[in-house]
Amino acid sequence: MEHVLASQCLLQRKSKTFQVNVTGSLRNGVTAKDIILGLIAKIGIGGGTGSIFEYTGAAIRRLNMEQRMTICNMSIEGGARAGMIAPDDTTFEYLNGRPFAPKGAAWEKAVTRWRQLPTDDGATYDRAVTIDADTLEPMITYGTNPGMGVAITEPVPNPSLISDTRERESVEKALRYMGLEGGKPLLGHPVDVVFIGSCTNSRISDLRSAASVLRGRKVSPNVRVMVVPGSQEVKRQAAAEGLPEVFRAAGCDYREPGCSMCIAMNGDQLEPGQYSVSTSNRNFEGRQGKGGRTFLASPLTAAASAVMGVVTDVRTLLQ
Amino acid sequence: MNEPFDDFSSRVTVLPINNIDTDQIIPARFLKTTSKLGLDKQLFFDWRYNADGSPKPDFVLNTPQAKDAAILLAGDNFGCGSSREHAPWALLQFGFKAVISTSFADIFRGNSLKNGFLPIAIPEDMHRKLSEQLAANPRAEVSVDLANQRITLPDGTKVEFPIDEFSKACILAGVDELGFILSQENAIQAFERQRENTLKTTGQ
Repeated sequence: MEHVLASQCLLQRKSKTFQVNVTGSLRNGVTAKDIILGLIAKIGIGGGTGSIFEYTGAAIRRLNMEQRMTICNMSIEGGARAGMIAPDDTTFEYLNGRPFAPKGAAWEKAVTRWRQLPTDDGATYDRAVTIDADTLEPMITYGTNPGMGVAITEPVPNPSLISDTRERESVEKALRYMGLEGGKPLLGHPVDVVFIGSCTNSRISDLRSAASVLRGRKVSPNVRVMVVPGSQEVKRQAAAEGLPEVFRAAGCDYREPGCSMCIAMNGDQLEPGQYSVSTSNRNFEGRQGKGGRTFLASPLTAAASAVMGVVTDVRTLLQ
Repeated sequence: MNEPFDDFSSRVTVLPINNIDTDQIIPARFLKTTSKLGLDKQLFFDWRYNADGSPKPDFVLNTPQAKDAAILLAGDNFGCGSSREHAPWALLQFGFKAVISTSFADIFRGNSLKNGFLPIAIPEDMHRKLSEQLAANPRAEVSVDLANQRITLPDGTKVEFPIDEFSKACILAGVDELGFILSQENAIQAFERQRENTLKTTGQ
């Protein structure tokens, strides 16, 4: 930072290229958050070290800009320096008319230039993985780093079945901290706090998504539910759409924009031993309050778990 | 400005855990400080202290053998999670000069190199070998030779490690990036005299 301020320069080395190709299309109840949690569960939190991810494929092209931001936001949780998605009409429509976007002839010129940016057909990458969106399920983390994730219908890993010693020990340590038993499902596990917010999942489409589950429902009396818009802009838009009323009617605490419980700020934190379903990006020990236990998931899964008071597969409420 | 980095030998503190994240190295609630001083007391705080503030006797940093150890040996992917320059600051203030692992998270590695704290990545078999030797003799020493990018294990095995030339030169000389830039001041002045001192920022 000092160096940028003093010299307007930042020394960077060229990163390796890493293609994350997401084929097919997401099923009902499965979201962008599940793509990124699925990727990190697959490659591990150090899997992208030294690289920049480029997300490609039909499932990515179908996402709106905010969903794409959720995915790119968590690239660092897969170890990558950055994540990006080639610009397309979805990108240009999102930018057109926004504050600071070029206007008139300058806009046309900019779009022409931006159309040159996508990676060439047939380009090769240093590494590549494929994720099949058609078979992807809602994802949830059970452990103490974002790579410790499973499909919500699956049990958490059983450490006694892990042959690598260091890996087994780290899963054992995580399950001990989380107060969970290996081999058991997370579905139905009681939840104390639900946090819908953070730079990962607090854009207007995230709030709409949570509201779609909470509209006409009540959150469980055993659960404290915090909904925190990502910015004043999101807060204004949500108000214009009547979303605060939906959240308040359901029994949620609708808060001022900020980081809030993502990083245990301003007193928004878990008590030791409490469980949260959180739409944020990090579940490290103590991240949401000393001794707190975090399950990372999508806004849909968080809202469904808020209603039921236990970890819930949102698809059971969508039917 | 940092201290120039000389070759040294030291005992090693062993923390055999993979994916140690920056929220463990120094929890977020301590980041409100505007001073780098005192961060050593918060290093690994939640692993190091009980809720009542008493030290956990079984945590390695609270054991007598951790005293005077200038090298930390940790599991894979050390320093992942939040970008947090306080992490290398806290490790340095505690008295560590280097951390050995098989791999480091990119941002932590960058923050460390910029602060004269040496991240040493060695192959997995050598990491295992070092862990075994330290398990057999916890007081054994490892020596670090940055100029030759080499560490020497207690049994005499020499292991090379990678580092980019620029970071290496800066750490050896005890200058950070700003210090390096300032050492080029004559060249910067000459450049500034030759270029226009206004910049058009309003397009055509």
